[in-house]
Amino acid sequence: MSLWFLLALMTAVAIFAVLWPLGRATPSQGGRESAVYKDQLTEVDRDVAAGLIPQSEGEAARVEIGRRLLAAADAETDPQTTPRLGLRRTVAIIALVGMPLMAGGLYLHLGSPALPDMPLASRATAPVATASLDQLVGRVQTHLEKNPTDGRGWSVLAPVLERLGRFDDAAQAYRNAIKYDGDTAARRAGLGESLVSVANGVVTADAKAEFDRAVALDAKEAKARYFLGLAAEQDGNRTQAASIWQPLLADAPPDAPWRPVVAAALARVGAAKVPALSDDTIASAQNMSEADRTTMIRGMVDRLATRLKQNGDDVEGWLRLVRAYKVLNDPEKSRTARDDARRALGQNEAGLRQLNEGLKAMGIDG
Amino acid sequence: MIAEAGHYALVLALALALIQSTVPVIGARLRDPALMNVARSTALAQLLFVGLSFLALVTLHVTSDFSVANVYENSHSLKPLIYKITGVWGNHEGSMLLWVSILALFGGMVAAFGNNLPLSLRSLALAVQAWVSTAFYLFILITSNPFLRLANAPIEGRDLNPVLQDPGLAIHPPMLYLGYVGFSISFSFAVAALIEGRIDAAWARWVRPWTLMAWIFLTLGIAMGSYWAYYELGWGGWWFWDPVENASLMPWLAGTALLHSAVVMEKRNALKVWTILLAILTFSLSLLGTFLVRSGVLTSVHAFATDPTRGVFILLILCLFIGGSLSLYAWRASALKQGGLFAPISREGSLVLNNLLLTTACATVFIGTLYPLGLEVLTGERISVGAPFFNLTFAPLFVPLLLAVPFGPLLAWKRGDLLGAGQRLFAAGGVALVTIAVLWAWTRGGSAFAPLAIGLAVFVIAGALTDLAERCMLFRVPLSIAFRRARGLPRASWGTVFAHAGVGVALIGIVCESTWNTELITTLKPNDVAKVAGYELKLDNLAQRQGPNFAELLAHFTVSEGGKTIGVMTPSKRNFTTRAASTTEAALMSRGVSQLYISLGDASANGGIAVRIYHKPMVLLIWFGPVLMAFGGLLSLSDRRLRVGAPKPAKASRSLQPAE
Repeated sequence: MSLWFLLALMTAVAIFAVLWPLGRATPSQGGRESAVYKDQLTEVDRDVAAGLIPQSEGEAARVEIGRRLLAAADAETDPQTTPRLGLRRTVAIIALVGMPLMAGGLYLHLGSPALPDMPLASRATAPVATASLDQLVGRVQTHLEKNPTDGRGWSVLAPVLERLGRFDDAAQAYRNAIKYDGDTAARRAGLGESLVSVANGVVTADAKAEFDRAVALDAKEAKARYFLGLAAEQDGNRTQAASIWQPLLADAPPDAPWRPVVAAALARVGAAKVPALSDDTIASAQNMSEADRTTMIRGMVDRLATRLKQNGDDVEGWLRLVRAYKVLNDPEKSRTARDDARRALGQNEAGLRQLNEGLKAMGIDG
Repeated sequence: MIAEAGHYALVLALALALIQSTVPVIGARLRDPALMNVARSTALAQLLFVGLSFLALVTLHVTSDFSVANVYENSHSLKPLIYKITGVWGNHEGSMLLWVSILALFGGMVAAFGNNLPLSLRSLALAVQAWVSTAFYLFILITSNPFLRLANAPIEGRDLNPVLQDPGLAIHPPMLYLGYVGFSISFSFAVAALIEGRIDAAWARWVRPWTLMAWIFLTLGIAMGSYWAYYELGWGGWWFWDPVENASLMPWLAGTALLHSAVVMEKRNALKVWTILLAILTFSLSLLGTFLVRSGVLTSVHAFATDPTRGVFILLILCLFIGGSLSLYAWRASALKQGGLFAPISREGSLVLNNLLLTTACATVFIGTLYPLGLEVLTGERISVGAPFFNLTFAPLFVPLLLAVPFGPLLAWKRGDLLGAGQRLFAAGGVALVTIAVLWAWTRGGSAFAPLAIGLAVFVIAGALTDLAERCMLFRVPLSIAFRRARGLPRASWGTVFAHAGVGVALIGIVCESTWNTELITTLKPNDVAKVAGYELKLDNLAQRQGPNFAELLAHFTVSEGGKTIGVMTPSKRNFTTRAASTTEAALMSRGVSQLYISLGDASANGGIAVRIYHKPMVLLIWFGPVLMAFGGLLSLSDRRLRVGAPKPAKASRSLQPAE
C-alpha cells in the first residue's frame, strides 16, 4: 500500500464523516429535558416507597419537580426543525473540496512525504560493507554501552574516534581501554595525542604527562617521543626538541611512515645535521632556506597568538608566546604579548601571579 | 509511511475540528437537525484520526525510528520497552499530542454516549469542544510538531531525561491530563448553555458524570505525582508548593467546588449562575496550568522545553478562551433565570460555604503562584513564595472548611437545623476530643498544633461515619434493618462518606509526617550501622551494577528492629551515559502505613557514602486519603440514579433525613 493511497483513504473517511449526517433522512433528535424531570418524579416515588424520604418531603419534592416539568414541556412544544437544504449542500461541497485541499496543502507544507520510515531494526541489519563508518562506530558504541568493561572494544574504537575528529570521545575511549585492558605505551601515547588534538595542537601539561608515562613504559614509543619533542619546541626549547627527535629518527625503521614528519620537525627547529638522508622529503626540508624556516615558525606563533586572542585564560600559552617572540628576536612583540596577557587575565589573580613568575624566570621584568 | 500517515491524520483532525466548530453552531442557530448532527460524526472521526496519530507516534518510538526528530531527541534504542512507550509523552511535543488525544477522547465520548442530551445542547457543546481542539491542533502543528523528520537519520537517540525513566511516567501524566482535559467538557457545556441562554437542573444532571470523572482522575493524578516526587527526587518531600504543583492544585480546588455546587444545581435548581462560572474557571485554571508548564515560564522537571514562540502561542490561546468565555458570561449570565431559594442554614447554605472556602483557597494559591511571576515581569525582581506563605494562608482556610465538612451532609435541604446536626455530631466531636487528649498526653512536646489537627481529622472521619449511621438509622432500629437500609442507600451517599473520610485520612498522614518525621544525614562506610527511630540500618556493602542504559551504584542495607532482622533495602544512584546525568533511586520500606526511606548522596574519598535516612510515620495515609476520595467519586459516578433533593417542608418533623 503506497503512502498516497493511505492518505487518500483517510481523506475519504473524513469526508464521509461530514457527509453522513447530512444525507440521513431522519436525523436523531437527541434527548429531552422533560425526560429528566419525569425520571426524577419516578425516583421520588421509589424513595418514598423505600422509606428513604418521608411522605411530606416527597410531596414537596413532587410539587417542585412538577413545576419544572411543566416549564420544560412548554419550551419543547415550539417547532423544532427547519431543514435548510441549500446550506446542507454548501457544507457538503466544503467537505468534498475544501477539506482535502486544506488538509493536503497544510500537510505538503509541513510533512516530508518523500522520506521513508527508518526504524532501527531495519537499519541495523544493513550489510556491513555498505554501512557508513558513522554507523559502524555507532554500533560499536552501543555494544560498549551495554558492556562498558570491554577494554579491547575501547582500544579498537579509540583510534577510529580520533580519526573522525571526535577527540573528547577518543580520549575517554583511551582512558577506558587503559582502565579495563591494561596500561600500554601505545594507549598512553594515543591518549596524549587526543588531548593535544582537543587543545588545538598544543601539548598541554596533561598531555605531556601521558607521553612521559608512555615513554616510561616503553622508551622506544615513537609517537610519545615525537610529541615530547613538540612540547619542548612549543616551550621554545629548540635544542631539547632536536635532542629528542634526532635519536628518534635514528632509531626509525627505514620504511616508517612518520619519518618525513619527524624530519620536517627537525628541520623546523634548525637542527640541520640529520642522519639518514636518503629520503627525498627530508632532503627538501633540509634544503629549505633559513627564511622559509623562519616563515614556518612565524606561522605557528601567529596561530598561537590568534588562539590566545579568542581564549585568553591560558597562562602557559601566553608564556609560550612571549618566549617565542623573544627567541625570534622580536622584543617589541614580546612586550606587546606580555601586556595583552595581563589584560586578558585581568580578573584571574592566580593566573596573573603565575604569569609574573614565569616572566621573571624568563628574564623579562615582572 | 507510519510517520507521514500519523502527521497527515493530525492535519485531517484539524480540518474536521474546523468543520465541527462552525457547522453545528449554524445548525443550532437555524434549527437544522442534520447540520447539528455533523458535530457528532465529526467528533467521532476526530477521535479516530487523533488516535491514529498518537498510535503512529507510539509505534515510531517503539521501533526507534530516529528519522523523526522527536524520537531522536527523546528516545534511545537501549531503553526498556515501557520507557520507549512512556517516553512518547515524556517530552513537550508528545505530551501535547496526548493532551489533544484526550480532548478528542472526551469529545468522542460525549458524541457516542450523549444520546439523552437535547440535540442543540449536544451539538453546541461539541462545537465549543472543537474550538479548543482547533486551537491546540494549530499549536501542535505550527510550534511543536512531533512528526518533523530528519533527512539524515542519526544512528542513536539522545535518550529520555533519566528522572522520567520511571513507571510513574506511565501513570502520572495521563491521569493528570484526563483530569485537566476532562474539565473541558463541563466548560463546553457551560459555554453552550450560555449561548443557548437556557440552563436548568437537567443541565447539571448531564454534566455531573463528566465533572466527576475529571475530578477522580485529577485527584489520582495529583496524588500519584506527589508520590512520584517523594520517591524519585530523593528528598523525602511529597509536596513542594512548586508552581507546577500549584498549577494542578488550582483546578482541583475549583473542580471540587464545582462538584459540590453542581449537586445543589441538580437537586435544587439553585446556584445556577455560580455553577456556570465555576465550570468556566475550572477549565481556565487547567489551561493556565498547561500554559505555565508548557510555555517555559517556569523551569522545572515538567518543562521539557523552552521556546518563546510556544509561550506566546499558548498565552494567546489562554487569553482567547478565558477572556472569551468570561465575556460571554458577563454578557449572558444576567439572562439566565435564577433558581430556587433557600435559608442560610441548610444543605445548600453549607455547600455555598464550602464553595466560598474552596475558591478562596484556590485564589490564595493563584496569588502565591502568579505574584512572583508578575513581579519578575514588571520589575525584574525575583522572589520565591514558598511553604511559609501557603501554610499561613491555605491552612487557615482549610481548618474552617474541615470543621464544616461533617455538618454539611447532616443538614436538610432548603431549611436545615444546625442545632440538630450539632447534636448528632456529638459523638464524633467526643471521639475527636479524646483523640486530642490522648495524643497530647502521649507525645508531650512537639508541635502543639499536631494533636489539634489530628483531632480535626478524626472529627472529619467520625463525622462522615455519623452521617452514614444516621442514614441507615444505626442503633435506633434493629441491626438487620439498619443493614438493609445501608444496602438500600444510594451509592452516591456512600461516595460522600468515603470522599469525606478520605480528606480526614490524608490530613492525619500530613500532620504525622510533618511533625514526627525523623531524619538522619550521615556518611557511612561498609559495615557501619545507623540508628533511626528504633531501627538499626547496617550498610553491608556498596556494589557497581550495569543496567540496560545506565550504570548504578547499589548500596545494600540490612534493617533490624530490636536485634531482629526485618528486611533489606537497596537504594542506588544511577548514571546515564547518554545524557551524562544521574538519578537517585530511594529505597522504601513500609512498616504498616509508616515508611523508612533511604537515599544515597555522593561517595566520599575514603570509601564511605553520604546517606539520608528518614523515618516517616503514617506517611502512606497522605496518598491513601486521595485514593479513598477517588473511590468515593467512583461510587458516586456508578450511581446512575437521578438525584432529587427533597426539600424540607416549612413545618417538618425532624425524625428523618432526606435522601440524596
